[in-house]
Amino acid sequence: MSTPATQFNEDARRVAPDLRHRGIIQTAMGKYEVVRDQRKLWFQDWQGARNLAARTKFEAVNHLDQHLDQFARLLESRGTKVHWASNAQQGRDIILGILREKGAKVIVKSKAMTSEEIHLNNAMEHAGYEVVESDLGEFIVQLRQEPPYHLVFPAMHLTRGEIRQTFQEKLNDAPSDEPEDLTMVARRVMRQKYLQADVGITGANFCIAETGMISITENEGNARLTAALPKTMITLVGIEKVLPRLEDLALFLPMLAVMGTGQALTCYNTMYGGPRQPGEADGPEEYHVVLLDNHRTALLADAEQRDALGCIRCGACLNVCPIFRNVGGHTYGTVYGGPIGSVITPHLRGLTQWKHLSEASSLCGACTETCPVKIDLHHHLLQNRRNASQQKPSWWQKLVFKIFAPIANQPGLWSLTTKFGRFGMKLRGLVNGTVLDPAHSWTKTRDLPPMAKQSFKEWWKEQK
Amino acid sequence: MTITLFIPCFVDLMYPQVGISMVRIFEKLGHKVECPEGPACCGQPAFNTGYWDESRAIAINVIESLKAAEAIVIASGSCGAMMSVFYPQLFAGTPHEAAAKSVAAKCYEFSSFLVNKLGVTDLGAKFRHRVTFHDGCHGLRELNNKRPPRELLAKVRGLELVEMGAAEICCGFGGTFAAKFPAISTAMGEVKCTSALETKADYIVSCDSSCLMQIQGLADKQKKGIKTMHLAEVLAQQ
Repeated sequence: MSTPATQFNEDARRVAPDLRHRGIIQTAMGKYEVVRDQRKLWFQDWQGARNLAARTKFEAVNHLDQHLDQFARLLESRGTKVHWASNAQQGRDIILGILREKGAKVIVKSKAMTSEEIHLNNAMEHAGYEVVESDLGEFIVQLRQEPPYHLVFPAMHLTRGEIRQTFQEKLNDAPSDEPEDLTMVARRVMRQKYLQADVGITGANFCIAETGMISITENEGNARLTAALPKTMITLVGIEKVLPRLEDLALFLPMLAVMGTGQALTCYNTMYGGPRQPGEADGPEEYHVVLLDNHRTALLADAEQRDALGCIRCGACLNVCPIFRNVGGHTYGTVYGGPIGSVITPHLRGLTQWKHLSEASSLCGACTETCPVKIDLHHHLLQNRRNASQQKPSWWQKLVFKIFAPIANQPGLWSLTTKFGRFGMKLRGLVNGTVLDPAHSWTKTRDLPPMAKQSFKEWWKEQK
Repeated sequence: MTITLFIPCFVDLMYPQVGISMVRIFEKLGHKVECPEGPACCGQPAFNTGYWDESRAIAINVIESLKAAEAIVIASGSCGAMMSVFYPQLFAGTPHEAAAKSVAAKCYEFSSFLVNKLGVTDLGAKFRHRVTFHDGCHGLRELNNKRPPRELLAKVRGLELVEMGAAEICCGFGGTFAAKFPAISTAMGEVKCTSALETKADYIVSCDSSCLMQIQGLADKQKKGIKTMHLAEVLAQQ
């Protein structure tokens, strides 16, 4: 039977040796690293900025109740309807309810990982609505009926040739594989949809408690059109996206841009404070904000890992992760991939089913080193492993470690094991590299060095 | 000074020359070297797999046999991080917490001990080769050990250090990870080897024999023709 763990292993075995995939990701990430590092230098004190960001988010999360209360009150005071969704089902029901009430047919969406998290598109399409993703990357993967590959770059795994082919097949329009031409094709389709759409759905990057506003940062202007053209706007956002003060954006917007895409600032940064107010020329007639919990409060209750709620979804940890770079975004089988996904997915979807993601790590710590809000990512993977083994121990691993302990602790047993080991290695030599080799998972792709004729401890004894 | 050497299990069994080089280097500097017979492993495999009780069963023995030491030098950045960073966490809230912290505070990875504790960078070594250095992740990120190995290599006569692009990217070893996820581990090792080969170095040098086992094992299997050597062995070349 296929489980998330077996699926992960199967996909990892297929993708990791794929040199074409590796080349695409390495090239993309190589370019990202160069601009990211240039822009980081624009900060007077990058480490100081990280410390401040970590403190700000931690404070925000530790007083989440107060911030959310203020945020919701201020939004409502300007006529926004605020909804609270405890779980994915409630989130979907609330949004489907609004669509029904509005008699909507066509929905445009800008990028929202929360909508992936609650499988909103599926639910809307199943209920008969036409849903169009307006972020170019999301638009492409939607046409291909694929999930986004990466938090920030949903279509980074595709070459322009593949995108052209997708457009040709699905839209029957792809004059060349030049990015400008392909973008124009998408633009023509989308402009029609913006005008037809009854409801626009967005995500959010930050919720400002002080002013009761949503902050959305983007590069294509699609979120602005999604928000401004349809009569009804819905924002779906996780409750952890709160920032206490408006001025916090002065740090977080450039930080998110630098770490997300290597930009000093993204092209469009917009604040949404409510529906169109009397005397205003544009904006939606009705504005709904859906605040999603979906296990976030459970993570908040975990004193060890609560800092993971500070994540601003910049994707920087994915970009530096050697696991992500070799297995790719789809292998994870989760909405949130890479190190942050491996940390939080067990909290969102259950540890027993998703502990393999915490195991599929060399614990190198590149993620923690890069995280702009200083989430202790790789140590959380260790804690997940500990929690998983406490929750449901693997009898054979426990047995191996139980047998190993006295051997490691007693010099006599260690010395005996050393001698047995040498003999065993000789026998193993007969089956070296074959499936009969007990070290096959190593020796299939790597040579195993022989045991030394004299171990260090044997040498030391001889010296004394 | 009396230096207590901690030789991790795989160094003992497969790379004894790494430990022997360390003994020779410290003795040449006029220090007394001790190596307790007791502990053969730091307990990291069980710890990293999530079996903390089983890890403590080994780590307690390590702490007991090292608690009287003046300074403890560990022949691996990874085991060094286990002992100086993770022991206090492993024993937090247990009766051994204070002892774990006290031992942790005396633990040094080999290169950082030479440079930061002894203040030595020039060991009079000669090694006429082009070398690239691989930062083991634990040494680099848990112990902040970027500088010491390079300062030591800079003083080796005839040695030319050429940094590779992927010096700080994990080699894919990661303990049991290498055997549990061989395809991912191998891909990571290939990325490392490719970057090292681009430098046209004769040797990849590191503070971690475990990383070098991964890199050398892969390079040999794929006939890449690059050699690996532990920093201590380079520094022992006269």
